[in-house]
Amino acid sequence: MNPISRGFHGRRHETAADTARVPPGQHVTSDFPVLSAGPTPHTALPDWTFSLRQAGTDLRTWTWPELLALPAEEVTVDIHCVTRWSKLDTRWKAVSIDTLLADIAHQATFALAFCDGGYTTNMPLADLTAGQAWVAYSYDDQPLPPEHGGPARLLVPHLYFWKSAKWVRGLDLLAADEPGFWERYGYHNYGDPWREQRYAGD
Amino acid sequence: MAGTAVRGRLTWQVATVETVRDETASVRTIGLAVPDWAGHTAGQHLDVRLTAEDGYSAERSYSIASAPGEPVAITVERLDDGEVSPYLTEELRSGDEIEIRGPIGGYFIWTGDDAATPLLLVAGGSGVVPFRSIIRHRHNLGSDVSVRLLYSARSLPDVIYQAELDDADDGVAVIYTLTRHQPPGWAGHTGRVDRRLLAEAAWPAQRDPLTFVCGPTPFVEAVASGLVELGYPAGLIKTERFGGTEAP
Repeated sequence: MNPISRGFHGRRHETAADTARVPPGQHVTSDFPVLSAGPTPHTALPDWTFSLRQAGTDLRTWTWPELLALPAEEVTVDIHCVTRWSKLDTRWKAVSIDTLLADIAHQATFALAFCDGGYTTNMPLADLTAGQAWVAYSYDDQPLPPEHGGPARLLVPHLYFWKSAKWVRGLDLLAADEPGFWERYGYHNYGDPWREQRYAGD
Repeated sequence: MAGTAVRGRLTWQVATVETVRDETASVRTIGLAVPDWAGHTAGQHLDVRLTAEDGYSAERSYSIASAPGEPVAITVERLDDGEVSPYLTEELRSGDEIEIRGPIGGYFIWTGDDAATPLLLVAGGSGVVPFRSIIRHRHNLGSDVSVRLLYSARSLPDVIYQAELDDADDGVAVIYTLTRHQPPGWAGHTGRVDRRLLAEAAWPAQRDPLTFVCGPTPFVEAVASGLVELGYPAGLIKTERFGGTEAP
């Protein structure tokens, strides 16, 4: 057991039901905090595209209207930020990565998401498929605000939320893993909140 | 240093509170003795873990307020509805032990290696904490990097580190703006940091300053957007935001 902090009692906001849904070291917030490494980019929708690339070649590109025309899902998920807040039952409208990959021939086993502003984040492709990940463009029935990653962000709720890249513009499909932005700055390469993989070496 | 700022596995360790100093009515600096501290870079943060007698624990992250090479210190603002910050600012006293791990973060840092690039530091409220580390580091290095700190606070009594900032080296310009209350005869800036104030107080974009912005999210959004509009390259603006990270 950890050493006791004299006089600390804690506030225990979570109900017992919530506790089972909150990974170790996290606490529930009803706010939606914003964390970004730089200024919020603003890309006009007529200029916006989402691309799947491999070895520098575009395999497939969708414009904004084309993305909106794809089958979308209403997704309700819990999200967990490495800065220790978790938010339960967040509601998104989103296109499954499975839908985007459906007609794409590739041999990739990893992916690097790329974004406006230069942000990147990496994960095994297996974590983006099988109904585990989406490109989300609506939050709480509203268009996704720019500070939360709009017009569209990646949504990979089973990993720490830095993997759910804001302002996402596509995925590089890779044969070998390649660390993204925070992964190069000391954060964990995989980022499973249930195993508390916050920092490199965790 | 970037990319290697977290070395190996960061383990929790017990730190002893050596000093507590009230900076303002709601802000306290806590000096820590950490037996096995690997050293930190200006701008990094650390994690704090508190544990209640029944085993319940709570963790939060705080910016490091001291310069590299100095004893580890954090400066904490009390959030009235918070869980950890009221304990740290009101209950904790010299001789107490808390668990910490760190240092953390390899991006929002300043090493002092680049003597030619001016620094622009823009702080909202307790967002000034990592900048204290940077400014002290600059002093300890004997660096002559030109620094402008634009610091937005509610009122003069809410300014953290005021005596130290007013005594900063030549080459460090501290520019306050007081958003809610100004003392009689206040000749400085008033109101929120907006594009007009940035145009007046920030370096001209042509000098390609390295820019750090730290504060509550709406503050950081406004400042970063304003700087981009003034021609600052987005890639040279590093941001760190807080707020909403304590449970309501």
